[in-house]
This record gives sequence, structure tokens and C-alpha cells, in this order.
Amino acid sequence: MQWNSVGEFFAMGGYALYVWGSFGACALLMIAEPFLARRRLSDVRKSLARERLADELELQQKNS
Amino acid sequence: MNAFLATVRRDLLLALRRKSEVLTAVFFFVIVTSLFPLGIGPEPVLLKKIAPGILWVAALLATLLGLPRLFSADHVDGTLEQMALSPSPLGLLVAGKILAHWLLCGLPLVLLAPVLGLQFDLDASTLGILTLALLLGTPLLSLIGAIGAALTLGVRGGGVLLALLVLPLYIPALIFGAGAVEAHSAGLGAGGHLSLLAAMLALAGFFAPWATTAALRVALE
Amino acid sequence: MRQSIIQWFRFASPQSFYPLAGRMIPWFWAAAIIFGIGGLWISFFVAPTDAQQGEGYRIIFVHVPASWMSMFIYLVMAFWAGLGLALNTRVSGMMAQALAPTGALMAALSLWTGALWGKPMWGAWWVWDARLTSELILFFLYLGFMALQAAIDDPRRADKAGAILALVGVVNIPIIYFSVKWWNTLHQGSTINLNKAPSMAQTMLWGMLLMALAFWMYSIAVALMRVRAIILERERHTEWVKHAVE
Repeated sequence: MQWNSVGEFFAMGGYALYVWGSFGACALLMIAEPFLARRRLSDVRKSLARERLADELELQQKNS
Repeated sequence: MNAFLATVRRDLLLALRRKSEVLTAVFFFVIVTSLFPLGIGPEPVLLKKIAPGILWVAALLATLLGLPRLFSADHVDGTLEQMALSPSPLGLLVAGKILAHWLLCGLPLVLLAPVLGLQFDLDASTLGILTLALLLGTPLLSLIGAIGAALTLGVRGGGVLLALLVLPLYIPALIFGAGAVEAHSAGLGAGGHLSLLAAMLALAGFFAPWATTAALRVALE
Repeated sequence: MRQSIIQWFRFASPQSFYPLAGRMIPWFWAAAIIFGIGGLWISFFVAPTDAQQGEGYRIIFVHVPASWMSMFIYLVMAFWAGLGLALNTRVSGMMAQALAPTGALMAALSLWTGALWGKPMWGAWWVWDARLTSELILFFLYLGFMALQAAIDDPRRADKAGAILALVGVVNIPIIYFSVKWWNTLHQGSTINLNKAPSMAQTMLWGMLLMALAFWMYSIAVALMRVRAIILERERHTEWVKHAVE
């Protein structure tokens, strides 16, 4: 282990901006992307569920 | 072979009936190259150095300008579907159309380039290499561009999309085309660049009409 | 033999691929997280400080995996696209479409981390090095592929047009890379030669490998998530989709 303190770890030997800028951007985008993909899936599911509900309502009205 | 020549002749005839479309691309080429010295400054040494790059980029953009028209008119009036159904192979007819496009949009640029090169104070031998490089390079641009034109046929925002698809694929032609002139100016000889350009032309001449035909069939489905 | 081939083709139908993808996703996420934790541990706590580049070299642990994945995903995307064109399987085209945004993301990350690495090491955010330039062009190719697919409304046509573009791109990538490299050597005077990488310690290699595996598993997981959404969007009028989302 080459870090003596937490502060030293975050300072990255003077390269903090570059190292944390890189890792931070990767972390940010790689958390955002699955989130967006998940939302896309749930959006389709919601609209499919609405469609289904509309179909059922139509069927009920016809029957009654 | 007859079908090939007939397609070339037909496209040339059609274009000559509407001269303004062909002339627009040529004027665009002239104007763009003339704008650069105004933007950069009239210093001859600098202009001489960047001349091949400017002329090549302008040729790229001018070729791009004519590409959307390559198939669109024939697509709209149904000629393209008749071509796809005709007994002669579609690839041959497409190759004819690409050749006609080059004769109309590429060849005028090649012929104009030495004149425009004079604006940048290029000497005679450099002008010769520049013209030769464009002569090998512009058919390559038409061939690669035809694939993009076929893919974006009848698509929303086709013109801008075409530029986005085709320009990255033009990079090798730009590098070797402009590089040939630069290598010649540096005294290295342009032979290597020109032969690589010719090799790419041969490769594209074989594969591009084929890929264009495949893309057209997708568009016609 | 024949039976097993038919088994494989079963997954070429969206109906059987959709639940399969759903079952696989958690496993790939788990693998991505485990490899990621291991890779991050090595890259920050095990790998020693570099003699020449100090701590700044640690960017390599995300830069190299992102570059590798951006190139690899394009190949995989073109493979699926070509398969879809040849065999006319629907899932292949959807898979190619699902992979493209992840590939573009990897290319963007590679460029971003490259710039952040370049600034302290060579004193410039951007140098026209052959590898950087090729990566930028690869990014453009991804954007073109996505723009073409987004512009065509009919999904079947979008798949086929995208497939042709992806295959043309794959043929062109070596030509582009070679030409950029040639261009770079011709203009060597003004650029910095990046080929002399610092000698790699064994631990650094392990860290990079683990991170690359993490990125790989991540890409598969995200692509599978996206392909599930695409399947539902395209097959929404079929009977099985109506039952699948009960």
C-alpha cells in the first residue's frame, strides 16, 4: 500500500484532476447508461400495460 | 455492356438538360477554395503549404453536394424499380450511374484544380501531381458516396445524414490524395501515395457497386 | 447434432430470446461488479507508482479497456449485422442496434480519458496521433450507424441498411487505421511518438485485464437490457408480448 493518508489518496500525487476526471467520467456514464436502458424497458412495459387495459375496457363495454 | 453505356448516356443527357445542378457543385468548389485565402491571409508560403489540403477538402464537399441527386430522381419517378426488374444486372446499371456522376461532378473538379492551384502559387510539376491525384481520387469519392446515397435514399434528413455516413469513409482518400502533393513538394516522390490511391480505387471499383446495389434493393423493398 | 443446431436457432426468435436475456442479465452484472472491484483494487492499491508518470498513469486502467471495447464492440456489431443480413434472423439486427450506443459510449470514454491522460503527459489535451485519430473516426462511424438507424422508420429496412453500413465500416477500419498511421509518420515532426509505452509491471497487466473483463461484462449486460427493450418495442403487436408483460 503506497498511500499514507486519505488525503494523499485523493491528491493522486498531483494528478487528481486527471485521474479522478477519467475514473469519474467512466463511473458517471456507466451508471447513467444502464439506468437509461432500464427506463426504456419500463417505458415500453408501461405503454404495453396501458394498451392491455384499454383493450380490456373495450371488451367490458362490448359485453355489458 | 450496352446497358451500362446506355445508362451513362441517359444520365449525362438528363444532366445536360438541367445544367444548373451540375454547375452549382462546380461553383461551390471554386468559391470554397477562394474563401480560404480570405480567411487565413494572403501569405504565399503558408498558402502554398495548405493548398493541397484545401483543394482536397473542397473536392470532398463538392462531390458530397451532388450525391443526394444520384438516385433520388429515379427513385421518385419509379425508374429505379424498373432498373431493378430489368434483365441486365442492377449492379451494371448502378456502375453506369456512378460513372455518369463522376463525369458530371468529379471530372470538372479535376479539370479546374490546376487553375485553382495557381491561386495558391503552386508550380507546374506540383499542379500535375495534384491533378493526377484528383483524377485517381474523385472516382473513389463517387464510388464510396454512392453507397451512402443508396443507404439514405428516401430517408428523413437524407442530405445531412449522407455527409455523416460518407465523410469518415473519405478520410483515406483525403490523406493519400493531399499527401501525394505534399510528398512531392517535400521531394519524397508521390509514387507511393498515388499507387495506394489507385489500389483503393480498384478495390472500391469492385466492391462499391455491389454494396450500392444491395443498399438499393433494401431501399426498394 | 441436427437437434442441437435447431436448439440454437430457437434463440434467434425474439420470443425465446427475451426471457433468456432477462435470465442472463443479473449474472453479467454480478461478473461486471466482481471484476470491477478487483480491477479497481489493483489499480489503486496494488499497482505501484510509475517511475516516469507518477500516479497519473493510473488512467490506463480505464483508458485501455474502453479503447479495446470500443473496437471490439464494432466488430461484434458488424458480426451480428452481417448474420442478420445473411440468415434474415430478427434478433441479430436488434442486437446490432442495441450494441451501437454502448460502443459509442466506449469510444467517447476512450477519447475523454485519452485527453485527460495526454494533458499531464505530453502537455496537450489532444495530439494528432494515429491511435487517437483512428479512435475519433471510429466514434464518427458509430454516430453514423446510429443516425442511419434512427432516421429509417421501418425497423426491417433500418436493420438491413445499418448492416450494410456496418460491414462497409468494418472493411474500411483497417484502411483508415493504416492511412492515418501513414499520415502520422509523414508528419512526425510535429507530433509525439506514443509507441514507447513504459515497461509494464506484472500487476499493472493484471489490473488492466480485470478492468477489461469488467468493461466486457458491463457491455454485454447493458446491451442485453437494451435488446429487451427493443424486442418489446418492435414486437408490441404480437400475442406473446401481451402475455409477457402481465
